[in-house]
Order: sequence, then C-alpha cells, then structure tokens
Amino acid sequence: MMSSEEYSGVWTLGEVRNGEISSVSYELLAWGKKLSEKLEERLSSVVLGHNIKRKSQELFEFGADEVYVVDNPKLEHFLPDIHANLCEALVREYKPGILIASATTYGRTIMPILAARLKTGLTADCTELDIDLKEHILLQTRPAIGGNVMATIKTPDIRPQMATVRPKSKRPLKPDKSKNGKLILKEYSSDLYESRYKWLSFEKDESSDLPIQESDVIIAGGKGMKGKKNFDMLYDLSKMLNGAVGASRPTVDMGWVPYSHQIGLSGKTVTPHFYMAFGISGAIQHVAGMSSSKIIVAINKDPDAPIFKVADFGVVGDALEILPALLKKLGKGERNE
Amino acid sequence: MTRIAVLIKQVPASDNVKMDEKTGTMIRSATDAELNPLDMYAVEEAIRLKEKLENAHISVISMGPPQAIEAIKEAISMGCDDGYLVSDRKFAGADTLSTAYTLSAAIRKLEGFDLIFCGERATDGETGQVGPSVATQLDMPVLTYVGKIDKFKNGVIRVHRSVEGGKEVVEASIPALISVIKEINEPRIPNLSGKIKSKKTLVPILDLSKIDAPSDKIGLSGSPTRVVKIFYPKLSRTGKVIKAKNAETAANELEKFMKSKGIL
Ligand SMILES: Cc1cc2nc3c(=O)[nH]c(=O)nc-3n(C[C@H](O)[C@H](O)[C@H](O)COP(=O)(O)OP(=O)(O)OC[C@H]3O[C@@H](n4cnc5c(N)ncnc54)[C@H](O)[C@@H]3O)c2cc1C
Ligand SMILES: Nc1ncnc2c1ncn2[C@@H]1O[C@H](COP(=O)(O)O)[C@@H](O)[C@H]1O
Repeated sequence: MMSSEEYSGVWTLGEVRNGEISSVSYELLAWGKKLSEKLEERLSSVVLGHNIKRKSQELFEFGADEVYVVDNPKLEHFLPDIHANLCEALVREYKPGILIASATTYGRTIMPILAARLKTGLTADCTELDIDLKEHILLQTRPAIGGNVMATIKTPDIRPQMATVRPKSKRPLKPDKSKNGKLILKEYSSDLYESRYKWLSFEKDESSDLPIQESDVIIAGGKGMKGKKNFDMLYDLSKMLNGAVGASRPTVDMGWVPYSHQIGLSGKTVTPHFYMAFGISGAIQHVAGMSSSKIIVAINKDPDAPIFKVADFGVVGDALEILPALLKKLGKGERNE
Repeated sequence: MTRIAVLIKQVPASDNVKMDEKTGTMIRSATDAELNPLDMYAVEEAIRLKEKLENAHISVISMGPPQAIEAIKEAISMGCDDGYLVSDRKFAGADTLSTAYTLSAAIRKLEGFDLIFCGERATDGETGQVGPSVATQLDMPVLTYVGKIDKFKNGVIRVHRSVEGGKEVVEASIPALISVIKEINEPRIPNLSGKIKSKKTLVPILDLSKIDAPSDKIGLSGSPTRVVKIFYPKLSRTGKVIKAKNAETAANELEKFMKSKGIL
C-alpha cells in the first residue's frame, strides 16, 4: 500500500442512466465541492458511458475542475466488471485521496467491488461528509440501525477514502455556465472490456418515472388508504407536486403498490425534502426509512398514531375525505394561476 | 451436484423496538437477536432453487458470536442442509472489507460452491457491501438487487435486477454471488420436521485456526475504517397536530402549511 501523501484530489463517480448523466452526479459534485474547497484540492469526476463525451462537459458547470471520460460502446450498459476494471485503472494511475459515488443501485454495486480490489475502506449511504482539517481526513457520517444511531467513520491510513452518499442528501450547485474545465478522454486496451456478464434487456417500471429515493417530494400511503383504487389519489397529488408515491409494507404485500415503492426497514430509505403520510401508523420499521426527511406531514384518523411523533405537522382526520378535498383545492389553485 | 451457499447474519431484533418518549430515539432490547429479516429471502430462494434442481445442497454460513448458531439453525429448519459458524474472538471489530475477507476465507476452505446467496443488506449495519465484497475477493461475478431468477442452466444464471426506474435482465457465468431483495419471494415458516432436523444438525465452528487468513487481514486490524464517534439523533419532532372540523378545513390547513414551507 502506498503512503497517503501520494494521494490527492476529490473524485466523484458520475452516473449514466439510459445514455444521460443522472442528476445524482450533480448532487455528488456539490458534496465534492465542499470537500475539495476545505482541502484546497482539485475536484474531478469520472464518467463511464457510450456517446457521453459531449454531455460530460456539463459537469464543469456544476463544479468539476476535471472530468475523466471513458467513452466506449461496451459501456452502454452497466457490466460491473468492466466498470470496476476502468475505475481501478483510473484510481491506480491518478491516485485520488477521496472517491465518492451515489448510494444508488449502481453506486452500491460498483463501490464495494472497487473497494475490495483496492483493499480500502468504504462507508455506505452517508448523509453527511466533512473534512477533519487537522488530519486532512474525510469524515463520513451515516445512519445505522434504522436511523437509531449515527456513526462518523474515517479511513485513516489507506487511500482512496471511499463513500457512497444518499441521493437527495445535498442539492446540486447552481450551474455556472461560464465555468470551464479539463476533459481527459481515456482509452484502455480491450482486455479491460472482457466481461463475465451479459446485459439482455431493460423493462421500464410503469408506475414510476422517478425512483422514490431521488424524489424531492414523496406522497406515501398506508393501510389506512383502504384499497388499491384509493392510491390513485396519491398518484394525482404526487403529480401535482412533481413527486413520487411511497408506501408502507402492508400495502405492498397486498399488491396495492409495487415493491419498488416500499419505504422502511425492508424497503427503501429516503430523504426527500417533503414527506406526506396518509393512513400510515408510523411503525418503527416504517419510520426507519423516512425519519430523515426534511419536512414530514401526517394525516391519520388515530390521534395517538406514532407517526405524529415524527411529524412537523399533523392532521387528525379521515385521509379518504381529506385527500379529495386537498386535490380539489390544489387543482383549482393551479388553474387560477 | 449444485452446491449453494447462503450467507446470513444475526442482527438485533426489530420487532421489539420502541420509541423513547423523552429522547425521541428508538430503543432496542439488547437481548433479542434474530436472523436478519432480509436474509430470509436469500434462504428461501436457495431452497426454491434446490427444489427445482435434481441434486443440490445448501450450506448456510454466518460469521458472528457463538449465539449466531441460532440463526443458522433457523435457516436449516427452513430447509437448508447444513451450516457453518465462522467465529473467533480475533474476528471481532471487523468492518465490511475484513468481514468479507474472513467469509471468503471460510468459503474457500469449504470450496466448490456454484452459487452464493446473500441478503440485500443487514438491518443493523445496513451497508449491503459484504456480498459484493465477498464476490470480488473470491473473484466471481455479483448480481445485486435481484428480484427474480429467470434461468439457471449450463453454467449461466439469468436474473432480473430491480434498479432505478425499472428492471434489468442480466446474465452472469457461475460461480456467482447473488444478493436478493424482498420482492423475490415469500419466505416459508419452518415446519415441525424441519425444526427437529435443525435441532439434530451439528453446526461446525470455523475459527481462525481452521481458515487460511493472516491476522493482519481480519478483525479490527484488517479493517481500513475506524468509527470516530457514535451519536443518537432525535427522531421525534415537535410538530403541531390539529384536529380539523371537516375535510375542507383540513385541506385548508394543509395547504397553508405547505405554502409556508415553500412546497406549493
Ligand atoms: C422485519 C420487519 C420489517 C418490516 N419492514 C417494513 C418496511 O420496510 N416498511 C414498512 O412500512 N413496514 C415494515 N414493517 C411492518 C411495520 O411493522 C408495520 O406493520 C407497517 O409499517 C404498518 O403499515 P401501515 O402503517 O400502513 O398499517 P397500519 O399499522 O395498519 O396503520 C394504518 C393506519 O392508518 C390509519 N387509518 C385507518 N383508516 C384511516 C383513514 N380512513 N384515514 C386516515 N387514517 C386512517 C390507522 O389509524 C393506522 O394508524 C416491517 C415489519 C417487520 C417485522
Ligand atoms: N457476519 C456475516 N456473516 C454472514 N453473512 C453476512 C455477514 N454480514 C453480512 N452478511 C451477508 O451480507 C449481506 C449484506 O450485509 P451488510 O453488508 O452488512 O449490509 C447480508 O444480508 C448477509 O447476507
């Protein structure tokens, strides 16, 4: 292992989805900017994809000083070993001090593979990153045990220091159109493109345009919604607010909503700006997945429902009456504007 | 014969958690431990696969303290064939890299697995990193977020991965590691004969002397990460809870609140 002095710079691993740079890549740069400014080091992004060179330029506007791009038809789909080969080659050549990725299915697959190859530490699903200025070290803070405990973790001796960060834990910086940077186009030999995987197809999820983990607004429903049909109202409200629909486990188990919408201990963990719960009791296993939302509103018939304990604003009442009233109100408001 | 391994972890039970009214944090009873709920899906999927194959054998492997045998026995009572506990005081304090190192060393010792199943994540550490790390250390492909096994034939496994915005169909050559999500199945409840069988099954313990692992790669000394501090966030909020006269006033109040927060 090399001494940590040789390693410097903050790297973010950009994410390409369906040929486009995904918004989580810009969120990562906002984190990266904070770290690189404190360290007074350079901020770089890595982008692996096909026909992605031009689009990668946008990362400069969002804070990147440099972007390493590997553009190859073999990168059209995510094949973990190829991505790991290329990332590993880049890291070994340029030696970044810090490498962060988003805690998406992509980041949470590629990063542990890469960390195992580089024999370095990796902290999952961080909600806060900072620099210990005395030691020049990355402080990675993350919730564990269903949000019950927060732990701050460091990787003192081995480089790079690696972490995945939860989507929506930071907003992207305002794009600065005048900002430029250096695009470094890398090419690699064909043996790095050999794969033990084969990509076959992709089937779009009909029920969601936006994955709930990446939504600013989540309108969630529980058993109190009483049936699948009533969830339509949640979809309507979520559309008005540009959000996504979330769900408690029983509603998923009963087939009212697909599993990809389940929030909680055995579903997704989310940190939206606004979380609205209709007819959800607030069992600890549900709260584990949503308690770090910025603003929480709950509507429940039962004044003693535990969900009110984690809510910023609560309404005791019948969700099946309040929802139509709210939809009518907001629907009207929109037309008048 | 197809040899299948399932990696399981014993975690603090989530059923008995309550909110501490004063501090607003969750309290767990320290005594209760259970099989990681998300690992049940891995166990179940392995058993379903075995039921489809003519000749298969499932071994459960867990790294943890001696009481983790309980979790292994539970998996055996569901239908796994045998189990191994990877346990030694020297393994303590391991982070995900070192846990994966130790598990890989044990798996290498047991040798010859075609497929390794694990859960999406453990409900205590919640990293989801151990599976991909084990696969990498054993130099095999890893399929994460698997919601369905499509095909397992001629040395190839085809799965559906649940990713943002949809499902991806991918294949990998075996041996491979697969981490499954809850969507994949409905775990069975162990029956009586399963319970009796698990009681009788001896679970060998693999300690440091039985696996090939240098001491600087295991436990705390093999862990690149260090916990700097732990703190308990306040989960409860001091929000206003109102009782509305009727649905219209409720809607008005909700609109007012959302406007005040810039949501509308
Ligand atoms: C290992 C494990 C993992 C789990 N993982 C998860 C998980 O990931 N996610 C999850 O959500 N749960 C999970 N659970 C389940 C969890 O414990 C609860 O059972 C679940 O969250 C309850 O869902 P709910 O609030 O929709 O239903 P309920 O608890 O039945 O609550 C329904 C609520 O609706 C209210 N209500 C009824 N009618 C109306 C109405 N007309 N208007 C307004 N309110 C109304 C009721 O007062 C009640 O509070 C898990 C459990 C275990 C053991
Ligand atoms: N100590 C362990 N022993 C066996 N398997 C484990 C252990 N820790 C984690 N795993 C497996 O790896 C998965 C992910 O765990 P984690 O990375 O800790 O969230 C779990 O669902 C288990 O299948």
